[in-house]
Amino acid sequence: MNDARTAILERVRGALHGTERAAAPVPRDYRTNPARRPVRPDLLDLFVERVEDYRARVHRCTPAEVADTLATVLRRRRTVVPDGFAWPVPQPVPGAGLTAAELDRIPAVVTTATLGVATTGTLVLTHGEGQGPRAFSLVPDVHVCVLPADRVVLGVPEAVAALDPHRPQTWISGPSATSDIELDRVEGVHGPRELHVLVVT
Amino acid sequence: MVTCVNDAMFPDVGKATLTLLRRLGVDVEFPTAQTCCAQPMVNTGYLDEAVPVVRTFVDAFAGYDHVVAPSGSCAGSCRHQHSIVARRSGDAGLQRAVEEVSPRVLELSEFLVDVLGVEDVGAHYPHRVTYHPTCHSLRMLGVGDRPTRLLRAVKGLDLVELPAAEQCCGFGGTFAVKNADTSVAMGSDKARHVRETGADVLVAGDSSCLMHVGGLLSRQRAGVRVVHLAEVLASTEASAREVAS
Amino acid sequence: MSRTFLGTPAFPEAARAALADPQLRRNLAHATGTIRGKRAAVVSELEETGEWEQLRLAGAAIKDQTLLHLDEHLVALEESLVAAGAVVHWARDAEEACAVVASIAHGHGFDEVVKIKSMATAEIGLNEALAAEGIAAWETDLAELIVQLGDDLPSHILVPAIHRNRAEIREIFLREMAGAGRPAPDDLTDEPARLAEAARLHLREKFLRAGMAVSGANFAVAETGTLVVVESEGNGRMCLTLPEVLVSVVGIEKVVPTWADLDAFLQLLPRSSTGERMNPYTSTWTGVTPGDGPQEVHVVLLDNGRTRALADEVGRQALRCIRCSACLNVCPVYERTGGHAYGSVYPGPIGAILTPLMRGVGEDEQVDSLPYASSLCGACYEVCPVLIDIPSVLVDQRAQVVDARRGQVSHVGEAAAMKGAAWAFGRASRLGAVERATGLAGKFLGRRRVDPGGRGVVSRLLGPGGAWSEARDLPAPPRESFRAWWRRTNGADT
Repeated sequence: MNDARTAILERVRGALHGTERAAAPVPRDYRTNPARRPVRPDLLDLFVERVEDYRARVHRCTPAEVADTLATVLRRRRTVVPDGFAWPVPQPVPGAGLTAAELDRIPAVVTTATLGVATTGTLVLTHGEGQGPRAFSLVPDVHVCVLPADRVVLGVPEAVAALDPHRPQTWISGPSATSDIELDRVEGVHGPRELHVLVVT
Repeated sequence: MVTCVNDAMFPDVGKATLTLLRRLGVDVEFPTAQTCCAQPMVNTGYLDEAVPVVRTFVDAFAGYDHVVAPSGSCAGSCRHQHSIVARRSGDAGLQRAVEEVSPRVLELSEFLVDVLGVEDVGAHYPHRVTYHPTCHSLRMLGVGDRPTRLLRAVKGLDLVELPAAEQCCGFGGTFAVKNADTSVAMGSDKARHVRETGADVLVAGDSSCLMHVGGLLSRQRAGVRVVHLAEVLASTEASAREVAS
Repeated sequence: MSRTFLGTPAFPEAARAALADPQLRRNLAHATGTIRGKRAAVVSELEETGEWEQLRLAGAAIKDQTLLHLDEHLVALEESLVAAGAVVHWARDAEEACAVVASIAHGHGFDEVVKIKSMATAEIGLNEALAAEGIAAWETDLAELIVQLGDDLPSHILVPAIHRNRAEIREIFLREMAGAGRPAPDDLTDEPARLAEAARLHLREKFLRAGMAVSGANFAVAETGTLVVVESEGNGRMCLTLPEVLVSVVGIEKVVPTWADLDAFLQLLPRSSTGERMNPYTSTWTGVTPGDGPQEVHVVLLDNGRTRALADEVGRQALRCIRCSACLNVCPVYERTGGHAYGSVYPGPIGAILTPLMRGVGEDEQVDSLPYASSLCGACYEVCPVLIDIPSVLVDQRAQVVDARRGQVSHVGEAAAMKGAAWAFGRASRLGAVERATGLAGKFLGRRRVDPGGRGVVSRLLGPGGAWSEARDLPAPPRESFRAWWRRTNGADT
C-alpha cells in the first residue's frame, strides 16, 4: 500500500505540474451577511417553527415543568436514560452498558442536545454527559430531546464554529425520513420515527 | 450579424432586424464578409476547424460599435467561446482581435433595451402569442425579461405564458441529429406545452430553436406558427395591411 | 447484485431504448418534477438574503483551493486520521480498493458487511468484488436496497431507484426480501410508509448482527481527520455506530482543508440534494471514540481516475462535485432518458463529464458518446452548488474526443462535414455559393407542404438529414438568401 500512497501523491503532483497553485482566497461573506441576523426572541420562534416543519413535536416548558412534560410525552414507556441526564422519567432504564440488541427492545430514549440550529431546525448531539453513545438516540423508536433555549444558535456557521470536531456528532433534523420512493418524503425508516423536542426557557 | 441560419434559411428574420433597427434610427450595416459564429464546430468538438471561421468573424466585424444578432445562441457563442478558439489557435493576433470584437456582440433584445433604452418599439402584432425563452439567451447571456418586456409593449399582442417555459426545446445544434430521439422527445414536450397555451404564434429569439419546435408543430399539423422575435417587433399596422393585401 | 454497466451501448442507442418506455418516462418526470420544486423552495430562501450565491462562491473556492494543494491536504488528512486512531490505506484503482476491504473482512472472519450508500463503492464495484471473495455486502439505503433486491442498476446519484414507482417497489419487496433475510409482510401495500416499514424490519436484524460496515464519506477534514456522512434514513447511523469495524472508502477529492469549511457545504448539500433545509441525519466521527461506535476504523483513500481528471485544466472543476444530483434533476435529457443510458454509476450532466474525465476518451465509443449527451442548455450550471460549468467542460470534452479520434474510420463522415462547413464559413463568397446551391436543390426536394405561415416545408430528408426529418419538418430553403437579397437590393427596400 505504501507503493499506492507514493504513486497517488506523485500522480497528484504530476497532474498539477505547471499549474499556478496560488488560489484566490475563499470569500466568507456568507457568514457575515447582514440579512441573516434575527434578534433573540425571534430566534427561538424560528427554531421551533423549523423543527415542527419536519413533523417533529416541540414542547415549550420551564425548568420546573420538564419532569411533568417528560412524563406526559413518554407515558409508561420504558426509557433509556444516559448517564448525567438530570431529569426523572417514569420508567427509566439506565443506559450504561446496554448492547444494541438490548436497546432494540426498549421503546424510548431521552437525551439532551449540545446545540440547536434555528434556521435549519437541527439538534446537534455530541454524545457526552446526558446524551450517551451514538446508539442510544438511534435504536429506540421514540427520541425525546431536552434542549435549554440558550443553546439555540442562528445557523450552520455558528454551530460549526461552536462544535468540537474531535467529538463524534450527530446532527438531527426531524425524525428519520426517506425520499427514495418517488422522491416523496416519508417519515420513519431506521432511526427514531417519533422525535420530541423539549425547549426549556 | 444576421447569423448563418437566418442568412441561408430565414432571410426574413434578417430583413426584419434591419427594418426594426432602422426604424429606431440605428445606422445599420451588413458586412458581407460575415459567415457564421463557428458555434456548430465548437459545440461538436472541432476546434481547429473553428479557427478560420472565428478569424473571418472578427475580420468582418472589426471596428463597429455594436454587433447585433437576432440570436441568443450565436451571441452567446461569440461572447463565451471565441476566446477558447483563439487560445487554441495559438495566434496572439487572433486572441487580441477576439478580445476586441466578440464582447461587443449583443443579442437583439439586449441591444434594444440596454443600448437603445427602448421597450416600446412601436410594433403592432394582433395575435395570441406565447414566448419560449431560448436557453442561451436565458442562461448564457442572462437576457432575463427583456424579450417579454418588448413583447408586452407591442400593440394588439396577447402574450400568454408558456408552461415549463425555461426547459430546453431539445434543439442543441448537432445534438438534434446526433441524439435525434432525445431531441425529439424534448421538443415534443415543448410542442405540447405550446399547444396547451392556445396561442396561434410561438415566438422566440433563436431561429434554430424555432426551426426545431416548428418542425414538430408542422408535422403534428398543430396550426401554430413560429415567428422570430425580430419579425414581431418589426411589424407595424402598415406592414400588416401590406401583408393582408 | 450481479449486474454491471458493462456492455451498455453508446448514449444515443441506450437513450432510444429508455425513451420507448412510457412508464419510465412517467416515473422520471414525476420524481424530478417533485424534487425540482422542493429544491427551488429552500434555495429561494437563501437567494432572497443573498446567501446562496455567497455560499456557492465559497464552496467552489474551498474546493479549488483544496484541489490545487491536494497532495498536501491528503498527507495532512492521513496524519490526522492516524493520530485519531484510524488506519489509512491508499488505493490507486478499483481493484486495490476492493482488495483492501476484502482483506479487512477476511482478517476478522466476516462473511457479510452492511453498507451505507456510497458512490465511491458503487464506482469500484465493491459488492461484486466482495461476493467473489465469499462476502455478502448488504445495501441498507432504501433505494440501494430496491436496486439490490431487484438485481437492477442504479440510475440516479441520490435516489438510485428513481426509475421505480411504488407499485414496482412493492412487487420487488414481496418477491425478493425472503431470499435475503426477513420476508416482506404478506399484506404489504404500495403506500410509501408501509414500504419504508418493511425495509426497517428487513434490515434491523442485519444491523444488529453485523460485525463490519462499509461507508463512503461526503467530506473528510484534513485538519482534524473528521469524516462526515450526510443521510436521511438512519441506516447510515446504524452502520457507523453498531458494528465493531468500520471501513470508509473515500475519493481523494472529498478532502476539505478545515472543520470550519463544513459550514458552507452543510448548507449547500442538503438544499441542493433532497431539497431540505437540512437532511435528517449528519454523522461526523474522528477516528476511534473509546466506548462509542466502531473500535476499529479504516479509511481507504481512492484515486481510480481522479488524478487523471485533476490533470485536465478545464475538467478539473468536476472534482468539486459534492454528489448532490441537482444537475440530474434539472437536466431535460436526464429527465427523458433516465440514468441507465449513461452506462455509469454517475449519470446525468455530471456523469457525462466525470466518466470521460476519469476514464479518458478515444478508446471506448460509449464513454466518448457521453459529452454529446447534452443540448448544452445550461440548466445544470445554473443549479450547481459548487459552480461547475458543466456545459463548458462538455464542449471541451467533445474537443478531446474529436482530437483523439481524428483519422478514425468511424468519425470520418462527421469530420468531413465539419471540414466542409469550416471551408464554406471560412469565406463569405464560398458560403454564398453553397446557399445558391441549396436554394436550387430546395426546388427539387420532394414531399412539400405549406406551413401555417404560408411557407413550403420538407417532410423527408436524405442522408444524415434523415435523423432530423423522422419526426420534424424542415422549412424549404428560401428562394433567395439574405446575402443574395442584400447584394441585389443593397438592403435598400426593407
